[in-house]
Amino acid sequence: MIKEFIQGLSITAKHLLPGNSTTVEYPKQKLKVSERYRGLHRLVPEHDREKCVACYLCPTVCPAKCITVEAGEDENGKKYPTVYQIDMLRCIFCGYCVEACPVEAIEMTGEYELANYKREDFCFTKERLLK
Amino acid sequence: MSEMLSLSNDPTLFIAVMLAKILVVFIVVILIVAYATYAERKIIGHMQTRLGPTMTGPLGLLQPIADGLKLFFKEDIIPSQASKLAFILAPMMILVPAFITVAVIPFGDSITVKGYTVPLQISDLNIGVLYILAMSGLGVYGIVLAGWSSNNKYSLLGGVRSAAQMISYELAAGLAIISVFMLSGTLQLSDIVAAQSGSILNWYIFSQPLAFCLFVITSLAEVNRTPFDLPEAETELVSGFCTEYSSMKYALFFMAEYANMVVLSAITATLFLGGPAGPFPGPINLLIKVFAFMFFFIWIRATFPRVRYDQLMYLGWKVFLPLALLNIVITGAVVVF
Repeated sequence: MIKEFIQGLSITAKHLLPGNSTTVEYPKQKLKVSERYRGLHRLVPEHDREKCVACYLCPTVCPAKCITVEAGEDENGKKYPTVYQIDMLRCIFCGYCVEACPVEAIEMTGEYELANYKREDFCFTKERLLK
Repeated sequence: MSEMLSLSNDPTLFIAVMLAKILVVFIVVILIVAYATYAERKIIGHMQTRLGPTMTGPLGLLQPIADGLKLFFKEDIIPSQASKLAFILAPMMILVPAFITVAVIPFGDSITVKGYTVPLQISDLNIGVLYILAMSGLGVYGIVLAGWSSNNKYSLLGGVRSAAQMISYELAAGLAIISVFMLSGTLQLSDIVAAQSGSILNWYIFSQPLAFCLFVITSLAEVNRTPFDLPEAETELVSGFCTEYSSMKYALFFMAEYANMVVLSAITATLFLGGPAGPFPGPINLLIKVFAFMFFFIWIRATFPRVRYDQLMYLGWKVFLPLALLNIVITGAVVVF
C-alpha cells in the first residue's frame, strides 16, 4: 500500500517539473487547425469577381437553410449571384455546400473566431465572403 | 542574562511589544493564508499538467486579491429557514480558534529590547500543547453549527461527519503527541523546542518517527483536507457544511481552512522538527518548515482521492489509535529502562 502511495506522489511530483503543462494559452497562443477544418466560408474569386454561377445547389442542399442566393445575369449573359448571403447563426458548418458546388466556388477556411456583438454582424454578405 | 520583559517592570513597553508581536504574527499568517490559495492552485495546476491562474497580474500573482474582492462584493444570502444567529456565528467560530492557536507557537530565540529579554512567542503558556488541542477541538463546533443552522440536509450531513471525524482523529493525534511529552517532560512549547535544541538529531522526528507520521496524517484529517475532506465532499454533499454560505462568510470558511493548515504545520514543526531551530534566523527556519508542510498537504491533495467514510473510521479507530497506543508503550519502556 505504501508503495502505491509513493508511486502516486512521484507521478504528481514529476508533473510539477517545468515543461509538463499541456495547456495552450488560447488568446495568446493558437493551435494550427487542420487543413480540412470546417470554419468560416469563403467565396473563391476568379479574376475580379466570384466564381459562383448562382446554380442554387448550395441553398438546396443546405440542411440549416442558411444560404440566400439571388441570381442575375451580367452583360455577357453569364449567370452570377446578385445576392449571396450566409447566416452564420444558423449555419451548422456541415460543409455540404462545398461538396454540392459544381464549380468549386465556395470553400471553408480555418477561421473559427466568429463571435460578435450584434445579430446583424453574423450575416455574411457576398463582399465579406469574398475576402 | 538581562531581565525578562513583563507587565510589572515596564508596562508600556510590554504592551507595545506584545501588540507589535501580535500584529506581525497576524499579518504574516493572513499573508500566508492568502498566498497559500494561490500556491495551491498553481501547484495543483502544474501537477495536473495545467497552468493554474495566469491572467491576474504577472503570473497570476494578484489572484488572491481578486478572489477576495470578488467574494467581498457578492450578495450575502441567509436562507429564510436558517437559524440566523448560529448561521452568522459559525464561520467566526471556525476562524477564531484557527488564528488564536498561533499565539503559543515560538518563532525564534529571545531578542533584547531596551535591555529586557523578549521571547519571540506571543504567549508562553505552561500548558501550550493542551491549549492547542483545545483550540483545534473548538474549531469543529463552527463546522457542526454551520451544518446544523443552514437547515439543509447536505450541510447537516457535512457537520455530523466533521464531528465524527474530529472525535476519531483527535484521539489518535493526542495520543501521538503524548509520546513527545514523555520525552520532553513538559507541555510548554518553548521547553519542547529547548529539549530539541543542540543537534538536528535531537529533533523528535528521529526519536519518534511513528508519532510524527501519525500526527501528520491525523492533522490532515483535522483540517479536513483531502484525502479526509469528507465534511465538504463535493461529489456527494454538494459542498458539505458550507453549501448555504455565500460572500464573505464563505470566504471565512476557506480562510479558516488555510489558517488551520498553517497552524498545524507550525505545530508539527514545533513538536517534531525543533521549531525555529536551523541555519537561518529563527522565524525564517520556522517559515521554511511551515511551507514544506503546506507543500506536502497540497501535494497530497493533488495526488490522492478522498477515502470512503467507513475507511476513514476504520483508519482512525482500528489503525491509528492502536498504533499511537503502541508507540506510547514503546516510548514508556524506552524512557523507564
